Order: sequence, then C-alpha cells, then structure tokens
Amino acid sequence: MNTHMKAHLLSTTDLDREAALQILDTAEELARVSDMPIKKMPTLRGRTVVNLFFEDSTRTRISFEAAAKRLSADVINFSAKGSSVSKGESLKDTALTLAAMGADAVVIRHSMSGAPHRLAHADWMDAHVINAGDGTHEHPTQALLDAFTLRQHLGDHITASAEGSTGLDGLHVAIVGDVLHSRVARSNVHLLNTLGAKVTVVAPPTLMPLHTDNWPCEGSYSLDEVLPHVDAVMMLRVQHERMEGGFFPSAREYSQRYGLTVQRAAAMPDHAIVMHPGPMNRGLEIESRVADSPRSVIVDQVRNGVSVRMAVLYLLLGGSESALGDGAA
Amino acid sequence: MSAIVLKNVRPLGGANVDVLIDNGVIAAIGEDLPVDQAHIVDGKGAVLLPGFVDLHTHLREPGREDAETVETGTAAAARGGFTAVFAMANSTPVADSAAVVEQVWRLGREIGLCDVHPVGAVSVGLRGEQLAELGTMADSAARVRVFSDDGHCVSDALLMRRALEYVKAFDGVIAQHAQEPALTAGADKNEGEVSSQLGLRGWPRVAEESIIARDIMLAEYVDSRLHLCHVSTAGSVELVRQAKARGLKVTAEVTPHHLSLTDELARTYDPAFKVNPPLRTSADVEAVRAGLADGTLDVVGTDHAPHADQDKDCEWGCASFGMLGLQTALSVVVDAMVSTGALDWAGVADRMSIRPAQIGQLTDQGRPIEVGEPANLVLVDPDATWVVDPEELGSKSRNSPFAGHTLPAQVVLTLLRGKMTYSLQEKVAR
Repeated sequence: MNTHMKAHLLSTTDLDREAALQILDTAEELARVSDMPIKKMPTLRGRTVVNLFFEDSTRTRISFEAAAKRLSADVINFSAKGSSVSKGESLKDTALTLAAMGADAVVIRHSMSGAPHRLAHADWMDAHVINAGDGTHEHPTQALLDAFTLRQHLGDHITASAEGSTGLDGLHVAIVGDVLHSRVARSNVHLLNTLGAKVTVVAPPTLMPLHTDNWPCEGSYSLDEVLPHVDAVMMLRVQHERMEGGFFPSAREYSQRYGLTVQRAAAMPDHAIVMHPGPMNRGLEIESRVADSPRSVIVDQVRNGVSVRMAVLYLLLGGSESALGDGAA
Repeated sequence: MSAIVLKNVRPLGGANVDVLIDNGVIAAIGEDLPVDQAHIVDGKGAVLLPGFVDLHTHLREPGREDAETVETGTAAAARGGFTAVFAMANSTPVADSAAVVEQVWRLGREIGLCDVHPVGAVSVGLRGEQLAELGTMADSAARVRVFSDDGHCVSDALLMRRALEYVKAFDGVIAQHAQEPALTAGADKNEGEVSSQLGLRGWPRVAEESIIARDIMLAEYVDSRLHLCHVSTAGSVELVRQAKARGLKVTAEVTPHHLSLTDELARTYDPAFKVNPPLRTSADVEAVRAGLADGTLDVVGTDHAPHADQDKDCEWGCASFGMLGLQTALSVVVDAMVSTGALDWAGVADRMSIRPAQIGQLTDQGRPIEVGEPANLVLVDPDATWVVDPEELGSKSRNSPFAGHTLPAQVVLTLLRGKMTYSLQEKVAR
C-alpha cells in the first residue's frame, strides 16, 4: 500500500482527500487490534517514536503512547518538565539530541504555533514530525479522530461518494466556542471541508478570528440559529485565561449565550451528535447532562484517538503491506 | 592622504565625468582630469551618489557585542554605501545619558569606517516613564539631535507631548516607534489572513496608525518636529500624507524590507522573517512604495537589527524581532523603486542621503556632488547583480531575510571624507 501522506503531519492542509480517507480507512482496520485479546502487532518493531511534550497533555500523550506501543514501536517520553528543556535547552539542541538517539518519528506538543513546522524543516533532524498540538495553530490528529467519529456515527446521513471510501459528504458540523485560539477548530475546518462536510464556526465576535475569507466555512454569532440545522456540534473548551483576558464579560454570560444546555440541545435534529475534544468545563461550555446524554460521543472520540494515531504512525513510518499484515486481518 | 580620481562616473546617473578628490573634498569635476600622483579608480560608467545616511541602525554595542559591534556594524554600513548611521538607543546600558552616547560616538570615530551618530533615548531606560537627560545628550560631544525609544513606543501621551516640546530648545526631533502596546501584547506577526491561519498573535495595523494619528495631533499642537520610524501600513502612509498637506513638521521613514517583503513569508515559521513592525500585505507594500515615490515617506531607514544565531535559530515565538539591512538596502531599493521606474537616481540620493541628513541635522552629509563639498560618496554599479550570502556580509550576524536572493545593483566604492572605506575590487575593509 502506498501512503498518500507527506513526510510529516503538521497541518490538516497537508492532507488531500485521498490521504485523509486513507488514514480513516487504515484506522478502521487497525481499530480491530484494540478488540483482539492481545492488543499488539509487530509492524513498527525496532522503530523509535519520541513523544516530545513541551506542554502538559496527559490525554494526548498517552493516546500516542498507546498507539505506538500497539504497533510495537519503542516509545520514549520526553517531557519538558524534568528534562533539560526546563533548564533552557533550545528546541534545536533537543532536536539534535533526538536525532543522535535515532528517533524515527517525533510527536511534538508545544505552546508555540509553528514549533512542529520548525522541527520538521529547520534542518536540525531527519525524523518524521507529527504535530500533537501547537499553540493556537493546529492539532491534526484531533481533527482526524473527530472525522473518524463523525463517519462512525453518522454514516446514514452521509452522501455516498463514487470512490468506494466514505467521506463526510453532506454533513453539517458546527464548531462552537473560542475559535480564535483553537487549534482543534483550525484543523477541523480544513479537514472536514476536505472530506466534504459543511462547517459553521460559532463564536462571540471577540473570539472569532478576523480575515477568514479564505477559510472554507461559514461563521455565526448565534448558536441558537445554527443548532437546528446541524448533524453534529463540536464544543470547544474555554480556557481560563480567556476569561481573564476580557474576551467576554463573565463565565455566566458565556454559558448563557454559547453553552450547550439541555434546552438548547433539544433544538438539534434527533440524530445529531455532541462532541468535545476534552477536557471539558462541565457547566461552562457544556452542561453536564448533555455531556452524559445519548447524543454525546465524547468517550468514543477518545477511543478512536488511539486508532487514528496508530494509522498516522503506520502510514508515516510503516511498511508497504496492509496494516494488519498477512493472516491477521 | 593621496588624491583619488574617479574616472568615468555618472553623478546621480547623469553624464560621464571624472571626479578628483583631494584633502577629503571634491576638488574638481570634469572630463579627462589630469591624474598625476592620484590613485585612479575606473568607474566604467557607474553611478556616483552622495554617501548614504541611515537614520535607523542598531549597532548592539554596548551590550550585545556577540551580535554586532560598532566595528562590524560600520563595516557592513561602508559595504552598503553608507557614510553615516544613527545608532539606536536600545543598547545595554541604554543610551540615555551623555556617557553612553559619547562612548558610541567615540568608538565610531576611532574605527573610522562610517560616521556614527548616537540616537538618545527619550525616556530613562526606555521605560516610558521619565524623560532622559535630552539636553545633556544634545550638549555632549555626540551632539545628539534625534531621540527615540525605538523598540518601544512612547505610548504615554503626556510623556510624548513633553518630549516633543522639550527638544524644541535644541531643534531636536522625536523619532517615534509607533506601536500601541495594549493592542499588541504578545503580538509577533501582522494581523490578517495569514496570522489567522497560522495561529500567530496578530499585530494589527490600527496599533501603528492610532499612535501615528495621535502623535501628528500632538506635534501640531505643540508645533514640534516628529519623525515616524518604519512606517508599515497603507493607513499610516495616508495619515502622513494628510499631515504634510497641512504643512506639519512631520517626516517618515520606510525600511527596505517593508518595501519588498510580505507576511506570506511567515508561512514558513522561519524567524528570519520576524520583525517589528511586522511584514504586512502586498497592498501595504504598494502603498509604502507609492509613499516613498511621492515623498510622503521622506527616507529609507534600514532598521538594521543584527541577532546572534541562537536568537533566530529557534521557534518563531522564541525568536527576536529584526533583520539585517545595511548591506542590502541599496539593492532592495533599486529592485523595488528604481527598476520599477518609481524613483530615479536623484530620487535614491534624496531618500537615502539628502533627506535623512537633513532630518538628522548633519551638515557634512547628504551634500550635492559639487566642487568644495566633502567627499562622502558612494559609487554604484547599476547593472551588476549579486547573490546575498549571509556568511559574506560585513555584519557579525547572519539574519538577512534576503539570504539566497539575487539582487540588482552593487556598491563598488565608498568614500568617507575622501578616504576609501570600502572597495569591491580592492576588498578594502578600512
């Protein structure tokens, strides 16, 4: 199988439809590993995957770690805390160190937009780079697991395409909240569009990015106007620093205008699902009972994260055979 | 000092003549001048201009001698055709006292590659709280006339008013770095389509324009001189144009990089393109070019800002703001303005030498090319092209945004009071 991915996964704009579908289809195949009694396959034996986390994110790190381990890769967790990074070592020197240790892939999480791009292109090392969230830029594997989850739950509402593999054609997805600072939103806007979905971003004007004429989506300031028309709604986490930054008057007002309450959720079509990249602020952007309702697919998103990250690692580092190899499928 | 004859040169791009330089001044201009006992330079039809004057240079000494020194910075200046530079005040310690400005001025004199005129800080420590001793700096050996907190905006309206008023006593000028701080906290790239997509903190144009609008009103109110550093937006150009139409004593500068580069380059996340104010859009580039062409923008100022490797070879967010500029300025101006027909050679002389010398109150720079005038001159081969190799530049640092670019026009020779400070052919460094 030839991979349609580029050498690195830095942004969902790196993925054309063919590459995105290949990741989703591979993830579907690999998801079966998780159902096997022994959740492990030898595909990446002898390969080294480094989780380079400059920002705390236990959930993303363990998801990548589980993905790499199920493919039998050696995993090195390099976290900024407790390493020389906190003593002021530069990204460049860290990269040179990882290169010297023979890293085949580096999964990087960084508070600064573009750090993965620098790691991939600054001539410091040769390893494949996977962006696990950079600043307010992108979080491509989150968007991929979201697309996977949409496809899994809304298959009946997707328009069939001619290519034999299902995209997200015909779906309408709302992304709600702090779009301005959200890497999840940026990655999803592009990926969902690539896969054929219509996207509407919903935010108060202060949290809506400016100059988005070239973004393949629509925008709205009113959650209530959008909800009756969507197949899925993605609620974004509101960071505490935004409340202090004066982007909106109070948490209470935000919740009243943009929180997904039980009452609001009732306006959604019956089949529509509720998503959240986590971690949630229950009671702020999403009411607890909505998060725990049958519409909620939030736990599925987490589960699918491992399969999608296995697919990305496999396709970037992987072999030329089918993901599960001979006889395993 | 032996005499020099420049044969076959074209002052301001005009007719071919010979120019005799003796005792630091232009001694004769004519055809077939006698060349006895003179050092002969065959100009081969190159363009002769008054030596360039840069109102906006960062020499980094004292404090960051790992990035640049007065010696390496003025070497780059000489190689770029400059005979005078104004060294910004944001050194360590800050040039906010007579002691520091005299030190920098004296270093420039001793090295002798290019006149160095220190810019005095407007406020103590560039902190924007209390006026620095502007009068003492003006009265010092360095004779400071240009004052700026460059790198920081004098954002407090009262402090700005006081500074504009105070310098009237010695005909000084306040050079403002226009950046409303509250609108640009943490910002490191033009706010627009590209910043929205890249997730970089936007530096909105209104943060520059609102300060420029305010300062024009203040300068008008107290009837003082205001100079606006590195104007970067179409809106700023329009504000300056209106101020000039009202007859105000407002002058403005544009950098070579804002004449030529756009924020699309940030898509690489390469900190070589991180600069303050940020690179803007192509519409802004068009506007600053038009402003420089019609004289709304008086001068080209390089904002030469050397940085050590580790301050650029890192994440965008960690990197320092700034770009090298002295050695590429002429070529970039030729590319953006002369090749496009927007300026002729007399226009280049005006924007890069005559006007900046006037704003900086230098009496011996930016002079006409006439007998008896000081021989501060630069000879330019208008037809040459060269490839920018940061390793080969005179600066101690390598952070040129033009690395690898092929640029038109090349400085062949620079003369400071008749002394060769750079010769392409003879590789004279001093």
